[in-house]
Formats: sequence, C-alpha cells, structure tokens
Amino acid sequence: MNSIYQYFRAIWYGFSSLWKGMMLTGHYLVHPKKILTEQYPENRDTLYIPERFQGEVVLPHDENNEHLCTGCTICEMNCPNGSIKIITRQVETPEGKKKKELDEWVYHLGLCTFCGQCIDACPQDAIKMSNAFEHSVYDRKLLTKVLNQPGSKLKSAKK
Amino acid sequence: MQLSISLLEITRAIDSWLNSAFHPHVAYGIELVLAGVAVILLVVAMAILMVYAERKLAGFMQMRLGPMRVGKWGSMQAVADVMKLLLKECLVPTNSDKLMFRVAPFVVTIVSFMTLVPIAFAKGIQLWDINIGVFYITAVSSLSVIGILMAGWSSNNKYSLLGAMRSGAQIVSYELSGGLALIVVVMMSGTLSISGIVQAQADGWWVIKGHIPVIIAFVTFIITSTAELNRAPFDLAEAESELTAGYHTEYSGMQFAMFFLSEYTNMFVLSMVAATVFLGGWMPFHLAGLDGLNHFMDYIPGIVWFFGKTFFILFLIVWFRWTFPRLRIDQLLKLEWKYLLPVSIINVLFAAFIALMGWYL
Amino acid sequence: METKDIKHDEFVINVGPQHPSTHGVLRLELWLDGEDIIDSKPHLGYIHRGIEKMSEALGYKQFIYLTSRMDYLSAHISNQACSLAIEKGLQIEAPARAQVIRVLMAELTRLASHQLWWGALGLDLGAVSPFFYAFREREMILEIFEETCGSRLTMNYITPGGVVNDLHPDFVKKVKKLIEQLKGNLHEYYQLLTGNVILQARTRGVGKLTAEDAVSLGCTGPVARASGVKCDVRKLHPYDGYDKVEFEEVLNDKGDNFARYWLRIEEMKQSIYIIEQLIDNIPEGSYREKLKGVVKLPAGEYYQRVETARGELGVYIVSDGKKEPYRVRFRTPNFSNLNALRPMLKGAKIGDMVSMMATLDLIIPDIDR
Repeated sequence: MNSIYQYFRAIWYGFSSLWKGMMLTGHYLVHPKKILTEQYPENRDTLYIPERFQGEVVLPHDENNEHLCTGCTICEMNCPNGSIKIITRQVETPEGKKKKELDEWVYHLGLCTFCGQCIDACPQDAIKMSNAFEHSVYDRKLLTKVLNQPGSKLKSAKK
Repeated sequence: MQLSISLLEITRAIDSWLNSAFHPHVAYGIELVLAGVAVILLVVAMAILMVYAERKLAGFMQMRLGPMRVGKWGSMQAVADVMKLLLKECLVPTNSDKLMFRVAPFVVTIVSFMTLVPIAFAKGIQLWDINIGVFYITAVSSLSVIGILMAGWSSNNKYSLLGAMRSGAQIVSYELSGGLALIVVVMMSGTLSISGIVQAQADGWWVIKGHIPVIIAFVTFIITSTAELNRAPFDLAEAESELTAGYHTEYSGMQFAMFFLSEYTNMFVLSMVAATVFLGGWMPFHLAGLDGLNHFMDYIPGIVWFFGKTFFILFLIVWFRWTFPRLRIDQLLKLEWKYLLPVSIINVLFAAFIALMGWYL
Repeated sequence: METKDIKHDEFVINVGPQHPSTHGVLRLELWLDGEDIIDSKPHLGYIHRGIEKMSEALGYKQFIYLTSRMDYLSAHISNQACSLAIEKGLQIEAPARAQVIRVLMAELTRLASHQLWWGALGLDLGAVSPFFYAFREREMILEIFEETCGSRLTMNYITPGGVVNDLHPDFVKKVKKLIEQLKGNLHEYYQLLTGNVILQARTRGVGKLTAEDAVSLGCTGPVARASGVKCDVRKLHPYDGYDKVEFEEVLNDKGDNFARYWLRIEEMKQSIYIIEQLIDNIPEGSYREKLKGVVKLPAGEYYQRVETARGELGVYIVSDGKKEPYRVRFRTPNFSNLNALRPMLKGAKIGDMVSMMATLDLIIPDIDR
C-alpha cells in the first residue's frame, strides 16, 4: 500500500514542480516590462558607460595643443605586453641645453589588455583611459596609433 | 473513394469548372495537385509563423525581446532564415552512405506531410475523410523514425548514430501510450474517422464531457506527442549539450531545413490531432442544454476554432520547451514504461466502463 | 594513461575540444558501450598559454593581470592571491579599508561566478531559460565592477598594497540594491530548477564522490565540501580579515551532483550574508599603500592560498631578489577537480557526463593555464 502511495505521490510531486517552473516562465511572458534587453546600436545616445570604464589609452591635449608627457618611458616599462612604444628625440632648448622630448607616443591597441598599469604608473598623470569601446576596424594597421597630435609639445612648466 | 474537398462554393466551382473543361481523370489529377500544393503552402506558412512565434515567446519568457532586426519587430526573420537555408550548400560527408543520406530528409518530410491527409480543418475541409483517420495518423506518424534512423546511420558520425538510436527507442515506446490515449476517445465516440469524432463532440468537447479518463488521456497525449516530436524536455535525439545536434549533425542547407520543416509539420499534426480528438476540432464551444450559448458560439467560424485550439496546444508545447531541463535516456524510458503506460492502460479500462455505461454527458 | 584496446561492441567518441558542454576546449575521450560510459580520458593543453612561464619575464606588479585570465570568473580572487603572496614577501599589509574592499569584491565575484554556473548548468541539462534569469543579477554585479574597477571580467583591480582605485560613490547603494533584488529572486532558482522533478532525477544519486576520493584526488572547494570534506581556506587559513566576518562553511555529506548543486546555492546565501555584514562597515582611510615603482622581493619562497569560487588557489613565488620572480607556480582548483571526473564517469550515461561536468563547474583555461 505504501508503495502505491509513493507512486502517486511521485506523480503529484512531478506535476506540481513542473507547474511551478511553468508559472515562472509564464509570469515573465505576461510581464513584458521586465524585459532587460538593450538594443545596442539604437541606444547609443542613452547608453550608460561608467566614467572609469577602460576603453583605450589617450593622451589628453589642452587647447594650446600641449600635453603632459615628458617621454620618461615608465609606462612603456610597466606595460606587461608591449603595447606602448615611446619614441623620443633630442632637442636643444633656447638656453643651449640638450633635452629629451617626446617624439611619438605609439600605442598598439591590438596588443592592449586594458589592465591600466600604465595609467597607474605614470608620474605625470599624462595619460588616461577613455570610454571609447567601438574599436573595430577593417585594417589592423589602424590599431597602431600615435597618441600625441602633430606639432604638440610638453606643457610649459607647471605652476 | 472520393475527395471530399466540398462545402465551400469556391472549391465546388473549381471542381465543376475542371470537370467541364477537362476529362474527369485529368480534372481529378489536377485537383490532387492543387490540394497538395495548398496543404504544403499552408504548412510552410504555418511553420514560418510558428518559428517566429516560438522565438518571440521564448524571448519574452527569458526577459529578452527575441528577433528585432529584420522587418518590423523582426517579423521577417523567419523568412530570411528560410532564404538563407535555401541558398546554402548541401554538404555530404565523404564516407557517408550517400544515397541514404540524401533520401533521409525526404522520407521524414513525406511522412510528416502524409499525416496531414485526414485532418479536418473546418466543416468539410478535409483532404480525405478516411474512415480509420485516427488509426491512419498513428500508423503513418510512426514511420518518421525510419527517416531519422536513416539519417543517423548514413551520416557516418557517432553522435548522429547515438541520436538516431535514442530517437528510435523513444518514438517506439511513446507510441504505445499515445495510441492508448487516443483509444479512450475512439471508444467514447464509437468511430475512428476524424469527422465522426468531431461530430460526436457537437454537444460538448470530450475533454469536458468525458470526465476524468479523457482528461488523463489528454495530458498523456500531450506528453507523448512532445516526446514523439523530439522536443524538449524529450529532445534527447538532438540533445544539444550531449550530442551537439544528434541525428542531423551532418546536415546543412536545404536538407537540414527539411528536417526542421518536418519537425514543425509533425508538431502541427499532433497539435491538430489533439485539438480534434480532445478539444472538438472545428466544433465551436457547445454545452448540452444551453442553446443560447451554443447559438452564439456558432457565429465564430469553425476554422477559427480549429486553429485557435491548435495554437493553444502549440503554445503549451513551446512553453514546455523553454521551461524544463532534459531527461536522461533511462529516465525517459522509465517515465513511459513505469508511469505513462500503466496509467494509460488502467485509464482505458476505466474509460471503457464509462463508455459502456454511457455515463458521459 | 595507457591506450585501451577497443572491444567488439565498444566505440570511442571525442567530446570536445569543440563541444557545447565542455565550456571551452577540454577534450574528453569516452569509451562507450551504447549509452554507458566505460572509461574516460581527459586531454589537456588546448588553451595552454604558459602563464607561469610568462610570469617569470614580468615584474611583480605586472604579472598579476595574467592571473585574471586563468579562472576568468574569479578574476578578483586570483589577483588577490598574488597580491597577498607579494605582500607576504614585502612584509606589508594592505590598509583596513583595502582589506574590506577586497573581501567585498571577492564575495561579489563568488556570487557572479555561482550565478553563471547556475545558468550554465541549466543550459547543459537542456533548460535554456535559467541562463537568462541568472544573467540578470550577474549583470548588476558586473556593472558594479565596471563602475569601480573600470572593466567587467578581467579587472586587475586588486594590487599589492591595496586596491587600484577607491570605491565608486554609488558602490554601497548599488550593492544594497543588488542584495535586495537577489534575495527577492532566490526563490526563482528553486521554482525553476532546484525543485524541478527532472533536475532532481538528473542529479540525485548521480556522480557520487566519496570523501576519501575527494581528498586523495585533491579536490577542493564546493566539490570537496559536497562530499563532507572541510576545506574552506577562508575558515582554515583566514586572509584579508575573513576571520572578522561571520559565515558558515556549508557542508554536505552526500557527495552527488545534487549535493554540489545545493551547496553552491547555499554558498550564495553565505556570500550575501558576508556582504551584508561588511557593506555598512567599510572603514575610512587609505585604500592603498603606494609601493615603489619596481617591486623587488627578498630572496625566498612565498606561498598564499585563497578560496576561489571553485576551490583552493595556491600561488607559490620563488624570488632570487631580482625584479622578476624566479619561478611562479599556481595550484589551480579546476585541475584537481577535473580528476574527480574519471571515477565518477565509470558506468554512467552520456547524459550524466554533462551534468557531472556542470556540477564540477570546470573552467578550462584554469586547468591548462
């Protein structure tokens, strides 16, 4: 008798548990307001990207086309996968001293893992991460960028 | 033997015009072709609609939107998918049994279209009112397992073979209780013909007036038809996470589309059978004794009733699929042989008693 | 392992390296007799990247970012392990605020990881919907990470001496909202899968692992705890102030698939409990002790063990006083947990293989490193 009871109990338990699951999916079916999908290319304007999001490394320039990078190459040394190459040049200051200056800040976006160690290490806070994330291009050559703008120079003595 | 595409004046008109313009045999042949084309078009249209509806329903159940890109609200997505499948190359594996490999999708598709023959879509709209309609459907639908086994064997792929073997075991066992569930209604109606069964429900659908046995039979039939369709939670034959795609792993392009189409056709046929046998087919909602209600319900045309019921059952099957995890092969067979079959057998005895005593409404 | 002769009725199938249920590139060779599995043999190395060797060429602060790529679902905890090992070498301790932030992040990571596991388990067993329900809360956690750390999966946020950034101003508010929503939604987990008769049938009594086997195979984490082995590093060797928070080491002695399933669900509740205790008590103060530009560890050996979402991760650093480590070795939990698969699989069905792999919660890049 007990086994017969168990048999029907199992059937009852099976049906009730299945019905519970169906109620849950049914609940979401009739509550379209709970839909979470974000339709990406259409919602570009309203897309929320936190300000700390690490998209790519940028070298900010001010209105006089000046940046803060002294070309010390600490970021290059701190980069774990060689995505930064700092090319410097020797220039002569008006006083006649020889000085090292940033020539090209080469950034290989294709190699970068966005770990943020270059930003963390930069003593001048010259570089930072931008929020851009749409990096896809048709030619991988385009992923190698020179971050300092042509004709830019080091910001004259900070006060 | 007479084609009973009658009732509607249009079909009558076409029939008489064809008979006047051509030799009767030629006219008959043309009618056959026309009927076949009509059914295929209906099924393909329904399949496209159903694929779209299923993806939308699944999306809403999972807090997604489903397809949204092609057309307004993604309504052209299924059409685009069909176009893609039509244009794709049909690959045949090098060491496969090429003849069987190519024939298998046709077997499956033809079988699933054959089962459509005795379905009554509305009063009088029926391809062939064969007097053993229910028996015909159960007999023919079990042939589809041959196509699946052919596909699994000829692919020369171990995953396909395992999937096909699972499918064979599954369909063969689930036919038993599916048949027994139909027998309950056949006994109560006293006929095997589809139109007869629908007529017997003129004063109330079997699921309402047939008491507990018919309700049990209805639930059993829904479970077994889900299993015969190889759909989740019984989709062991294709079990994505175990066998990648089961018996149609090696198929691509139109050959794959034919398997897909036949799966959906089978889905329609079994839903239509369930709607016809248990929910009264095209018969409007009638209750004995309530003439006002019955008269009111008659204003809704039969074809609306029929497809409404069909889509209700299709919705149930879709709902199952997007809720439940998959069973294991031994549990699948245990469910059939230890639960469904004994319950069905006892249910048939019980139903026979009720039918003999005439206790139903 | 020796190669076997194939008998008449047996056949071999390769599950993977591209297979939907291996969650990556694990390759399992299965000897089958019909549906029954006779024997199995895992093949590793499809995603071996040589992280240990690469670490020898990088500085102490630099190689940590590589460990995020081992167990990518426990990225914070892997980073934490390395940071702790290096801090041991430098004989410093992270500030109190940093320690609490680390614990919070580690527990959020554990929650996110277990949620992904729950969704993937449903997917493996053939139910697609759980995946999306699990991702709803996981998405909230990832957004919290994104706001504070700047990225979602491989954060590189925990660093020797503390954490890289201070918490985002919205952090506390968002975590509280998450906890509230998660508590309200945990019953859905029961409704959809835990109580489901099919899941119960698929998991109960399947894939039994005895406590002896678990110990001798080196299993750790939820896999071993489900067999009744006490092995929570957070309890046994507390680090980063885990001894100051109250939580329970969940144990189960059944050792089957369902025990592992149940244990992870309970662990999620414990993680919520830990976060609740800490979220209002984050001490003020410095979040980071600034280290020198180039860190040099004194010559010697340093070992640190932590509890990731999948078990015990050990980081072993040998230093010869240079600016790069002489040798780095990771004892990863998934490699040992994978060993449990072979004894479990004997005599099981193909369907069981999927559920066992799902409840072992294997992360393949963590096995190969």
